[in-house]
Amino acid sequence: MTLLGHFALWAAFLIGVWSAGLAFFGRWQERPELSLSIRRASYGVCIALLVAAAALWKGLFSHDFNIEYVAAYTSRNLPEYYLVTAFWAGQKGSLLFWAVVLGIFGALAQALTSNRFKDLLPYVAGITNLVAAFFVAVMLFGDGANPFERLPFTPPDGRGLNPQLQNPGMIAHPPTLYLGYISLTVPFAFAMAALLARRLDTGWIFAMRKWALASWIFLSIGITIGMWWAYLELGWGGVWAWDPVENASLLPWLTLTAFLHSVMIQEKRGMLKRWNMGLMVGTFLLTIFGTFITRSGVIASVHSFTQSSVGYFFLGFLLVTAIFSFTLLYTRWPDLEPEAELESLASREAAFLFNNLALVGIAFSVMWGTLFPIISEAVRGSKITVGPAFFNKVNIPLGLFLLLLTGIGPLIAWRKASAANLQRQFIFPVVAAIVTGLALALGGLRDPYAMVALMLGGFVVGTVSQEFYRGVRARHVMHDESMPVALVRLIGRNRRRYGGYIVHVGIVLYFVAFTGLAFKTKVEVDLVPGQSATIESPFGWTYQLTHLGVSQYSSLNRQVSAATLEVTRDGTRVGTIKSEKRQHVDSFGNRLFEPSTEVGLRSDLREDLYVVYGGSPDGTERSHFVIQVNPMVAWFWIGGVVLVLGGILTMWPGGPQVRTRRRAPIQAGYQATLTGTPT
Amino acid sequence: MNDTINRRTLFGIGLSLIGGRALAAQEPSTAAPLGGGGADPLRQPWNVGIQRDTVGVLDNDPVVIAIERRLRCTCGCTLDMYTCRTTDFTCTYSPALHREVVAMIGEAKTPEEIIAFYVARDGEQVLMAPPAEGFNLAGYLVPGLVIASVGLGLGAYLSRRREVARVEGGAGAAPDAGTDLTTVGLPDAEAAERLKRALDEVDA
Repeated sequence: MTLLGHFALWAAFLIGVWSAGLAFFGRWQERPELSLSIRRASYGVCIALLVAAAALWKGLFSHDFNIEYVAAYTSRNLPEYYLVTAFWAGQKGSLLFWAVVLGIFGALAQALTSNRFKDLLPYVAGITNLVAAFFVAVMLFGDGANPFERLPFTPPDGRGLNPQLQNPGMIAHPPTLYLGYISLTVPFAFAMAALLARRLDTGWIFAMRKWALASWIFLSIGITIGMWWAYLELGWGGVWAWDPVENASLLPWLTLTAFLHSVMIQEKRGMLKRWNMGLMVGTFLLTIFGTFITRSGVIASVHSFTQSSVGYFFLGFLLVTAIFSFTLLYTRWPDLEPEAELESLASREAAFLFNNLALVGIAFSVMWGTLFPIISEAVRGSKITVGPAFFNKVNIPLGLFLLLLTGIGPLIAWRKASAANLQRQFIFPVVAAIVTGLALALGGLRDPYAMVALMLGGFVVGTVSQEFYRGVRARHVMHDESMPVALVRLIGRNRRRYGGYIVHVGIVLYFVAFTGLAFKTKVEVDLVPGQSATIESPFGWTYQLTHLGVSQYSSLNRQVSAATLEVTRDGTRVGTIKSEKRQHVDSFGNRLFEPSTEVGLRSDLREDLYVVYGGSPDGTERSHFVIQVNPMVAWFWIGGVVLVLGGILTMWPGGPQVRTRRRAPIQAGYQATLTGTPT
Repeated sequence: MNDTINRRTLFGIGLSLIGGRALAAQEPSTAAPLGGGGADPLRQPWNVGIQRDTVGVLDNDPVVIAIERRLRCTCGCTLDMYTCRTTDFTCTYSPALHREVVAMIGEAKTPEEIIAFYVARDGEQVLMAPPAEGFNLAGYLVPGLVIASVGLGLGAYLSRRREVARVEGGAGAAPDAGTDLTTVGLPDAEAAERLKRALDEVDA
């Protein structure tokens, strides 16, 4: 199977390079059969990479420990579902995973894109295949990057999967994050295709909009599940540590969010064409930058793969892609003249522009902080790392500004808002913010940042509620629909708009959750069975935890030591909580890795009681615990679900808008209608 | 030497054990005092990781925690000393560093003296937030300066473009929002109506 896998990689590489060469240098515009050939190459690359993936999975499931990758990341007693996830657990497998998914997306882009854009599709195929070929080249030519590399001997068992990766979160986190990263290649390819073909109307935006939205949704899911995994698996009781690899995942999300907003200005006013093109190029480059950070080891991170020469491939690819993309953009600069001017700073266009400034500003500061160790080493000779204090200091004010714009943007008028418009739109949200502030002040909140964040949250929820209320009421009055029916039809007929509002509510919930985490309490204790510890909740409750004892037993591929505590809140028993130490073993009983920790968690909408069993001071049941009360954490996960549901609603196919698009083929159509002549 | 235990001895040991447990069970279930015994040995103590230090009074001390939050653990985890020692229970660096901090607090050293000790020993990179001086100032100021400059530049550029558009535009300048669409040079009322419908659609 490894031979087949290796062969499939070579096939994918050659087909990819050939089709890219033909797309860029072939005269396919004059020969339709060549155009078709380039597009069909995408299916060829996809099939070849699927064969390679099947070969690796075969090796994983058959415990072929002669394959170095299988021996390094699995063991005979590893549960089968983790044999699936072991595919992307290591550097080599994740490279293949990336290439396979890109192959699938490249083929889907060819299969699903309307023939209206057939003059772009050969370029799109060339670019997606070239990127896929690059990833395959890294595997084929990179030092120790080939997942089908064989060992000179066959060990009786593998080294097992890192315990921290043996978590349900790790089944979904890496693939969804990769899906976000990888699917960004498609909108980037459409942008490049539009530049190459000089088709710089809004057509490329319509062709790639759903891909960009899908990327954004995948990135959002991946980041949120990553936070969930970090919270549950790492035992530190937080969700975001501003680690370089975490930052690398946030960067393209920020610029893609900016793009999804600014592209609306281009669709509706024909403005910001150059900016949007630049944002799309920048977003794609940031995905490669993130990959470089994760795989090069140039910056220390708890998440990164082992330092290897693979990083230099990505650095080279990053530079070449940046030079090519920006040169192409420069040569097409005159073709990207805006069709309208900003008429007022009190307008939706201006609000979106400032929204972009804030998002890109946050992306810049995150990137600056991430790269500062490298910069300081270059300038001063020592790696000075900036920690969470730096990132919080710079990004909290920007984040609050962004939250304010999240409320302003959807309500303010296009072109120029009058005083009457501002008054009509913003009175209720401002009142909502003030009421929120008063309620919090009466509840005893004194922290200024928390107060501002929650008041702005109230403001945004006020804007969204007002929009829903007005829309439903209008339908109720005009169409005599009941309120629930009016709500469903309102959303169904304006999915993009109301899906966007739901996304905004999800963002508010994230802010609420982050604000809550600032008030967490934590205590370290040693307890013998029967002994209790207390901890105060920020909401004023007192938890008492009584150590019931430690039980030790074998389970699956591990030996478990489970410490159980009985929990009371203000004297009322609320249940038990269990935290574990897990010593993983191979099928011969040999110990693998250091013992890992499984947190004990009792969660409700207000707060989480979070217990970590840290071990024993003297080899007895006397146990070391770290106990935390983390307020509002559940709202991260609820916010994530809301955000993703809103995003899915925004891109859900069908509905009146699509029918309209089919009737009028140039949906660029917005402009055509605005400036069109009567017939 | 005879290592075997006869039935009578075995019965006696069992009885005393059961009796002991029964007597212990009749005692009030108050918590055992800190540092006391009362805990059975673990069957597999190696399965719960490295041996922990006993929690001391200063382990939850806000001053100690505040100091440790400013210092980076030197194990390479990128976490601060406090987070590392209360999170990664396999790290051997952070517990040792914590013991040093506690010892220095015991010697009545101030937080600044303790921080200075680590900077002198491990270099500036031991700080979670480098001091805002010298080149480090760039770290703190560049993002803000860049964002402010871009914001100001953008504002100035847009103002200039709007001014140019107003001067050059004359009668063809874009109308204000809310202007009657039939008065802005469209050929007829039908076209204006179509434009209005399109704008409504766009706004929807």
